[in-house]
Amino acid sequence: MENVVMEVKDFSFVYPGAEKPSLKKITLPVEENKITAMIGPSGCGKSTLLRSMNRIHDLYPGNTYEGEINLYHRDGTKENILKLKKENDFIRLRQEVGMIFQKPTPFPMSIFDNVAYGLRLAGIKNKSELQDRVEAALKGAAIWKETKDRLGESALGMSGGQQQRLCIARAVALKPRVLLFDEPTSALDPISTGAIEELISELKSEVSVVIVTHNMQQASRLSDYTAFMYLGELIEYDKTETIFLNPSEKLTEDYITGRFG
Amino acid sequence: MGGKLFRNFSFFSATLSFFLLLGIFAVLFHYAQDAIHTFGIDFLWTDTWEADEDDEGGVFGGLIPIVGTLLSTLIAMLIATPMAMGIAIFLTEIASEKVAKPVSIAIELLAAIPSIIYGMWGLFYFAPIVQKTVGGDGVGLLTAGIVLAIMIIPFMASITRDSMNTTPAVLKESAYAMGATKFEVIKDVIMPYAKGGIIGSIILALGRALGETMAVAFLIGSVMQLPKRITDPTTSIPVLLANNFAEAEGLELSSMYYLALILFVVSFIIISTAKFYFFGRKAKA
Repeated sequence: MENVVMEVKDFSFVYPGAEKPSLKKITLPVEENKITAMIGPSGCGKSTLLRSMNRIHDLYPGNTYEGEINLYHRDGTKENILKLKKENDFIRLRQEVGMIFQKPTPFPMSIFDNVAYGLRLAGIKNKSELQDRVEAALKGAAIWKETKDRLGESALGMSGGQQQRLCIARAVALKPRVLLFDEPTSALDPISTGAIEELISELKSEVSVVIVTHNMQQASRLSDYTAFMYLGELIEYDKTETIFLNPSEKLTEDYITGRFG
Repeated sequence: MGGKLFRNFSFFSATLSFFLLLGIFAVLFHYAQDAIHTFGIDFLWTDTWEADEDDEGGVFGGLIPIVGTLLSTLIAMLIATPMAMGIAIFLTEIASEKVAKPVSIAIELLAAIPSIIYGMWGLFYFAPIVQKTVGGDGVGLLTAGIVLAIMIIPFMASITRDSMNTTPAVLKESAYAMGATKFEVIKDVIMPYAKGGIIGSIILALGRALGETMAVAFLIGSVMQLPKRITDPTTSIPVLLANNFAEAEGLELSSMYYLALILFVVSFIIISTAKFYFFGRKAKA
């Protein structure tokens, strides 16, 4: 193991009104500057786990947790994010742990304002700093060339693939430690998907990535580590090569080879 | 067969509304001819309304009811718009489902109350309160404006709430995921997203406030005088028409058609400007 940026420890999660927990005693590290993929059939809990890692689940009341999800800060201190309660703490957490959703979600504002949005929320008001960081983020998301002449135009006029890269730029602009991707290409065509995948693998020099995907090829192409989940349990976690070439669990092998799921 | 029939029927229905609009305009214009010829455009800023005793002539001007209509509507909109936005935001983003449901139902029921009931309630209960707190005669511009506001709030609030509810959850989540507070999500995501519905609700409410007759007739005082203070009684176009139409004849009747035509045109202009503004914005957004 190298440097761990987040770790999930004995984590269980119950939705309000549900009888059984949706996640049972999950323990999983997130390695720094690596891509960790979470795979498994629908309903296995992979999205639930991802959405717990920035506490976005808590927009909807009534969830119950057990265990820990620790975030290691740059100064080496660790913080159990399940203990956060105040709005300010959530804001701080979400600026460190960004999220990209299944569908592109540009805000109804200009391209520039979309990328500057999080920066402004973070309190950056200086115009030239905003401009520099927006430019850097758009370059970082490989979308600067397409957008530099139309920064003032509405982001809603872009193609789906461009919008998704814009959303990535928006998240990258905050310089988060971790980026969570929730099936980021499921609404995109193959060419846009390729571009997003390339972008994600470039991003890992700067951030640690956790990606939930339905697409096993995507997991094998992109990730360094893979976690296979089934019915709320973490069945196996290992280096991606190992998971795909030499899994130790029968269930993992069955899923990888397409026998179910 | 069926398809063609349906096509013709829907075409007929769609064109009917257009011809009705033209037809109503033509009728108003036709009957207003006498007054238009006699008073011309000066009708708009003449503040007398006096019929001759012996014949069917007289001097008629529309300034007072026009001012009364516009001011009472303005007061109503100034009060209703922020209140309705507040209600809609509360219902969609702040209240728990347990609270939001009964409140929503109550608001929709409020919208269903006939306007004469608002008028009676306003006259017997609310006007004395206004008189006590801000002075004046009880009935007047302010009372009419406030009760008008109460009448259009449920209407605006429920349309605004519906359009705010169409904001995709994932869009709100992605704003939260950037570290936005609830207030920022409402301001930056939900309000812009629901802008169309919000403006639509304001337009519809505006139309209703401009044309409201019954409640305003109870509350505005029905006095032919220009208001000097906000609590002064005055009159509005629909109220003047409703009160005097039955007895009027000759030039006075024609002047009333002139007033009706003005109300028609004013409503039409306000609503089409608002729509134009909204569609103009939408094309850019």
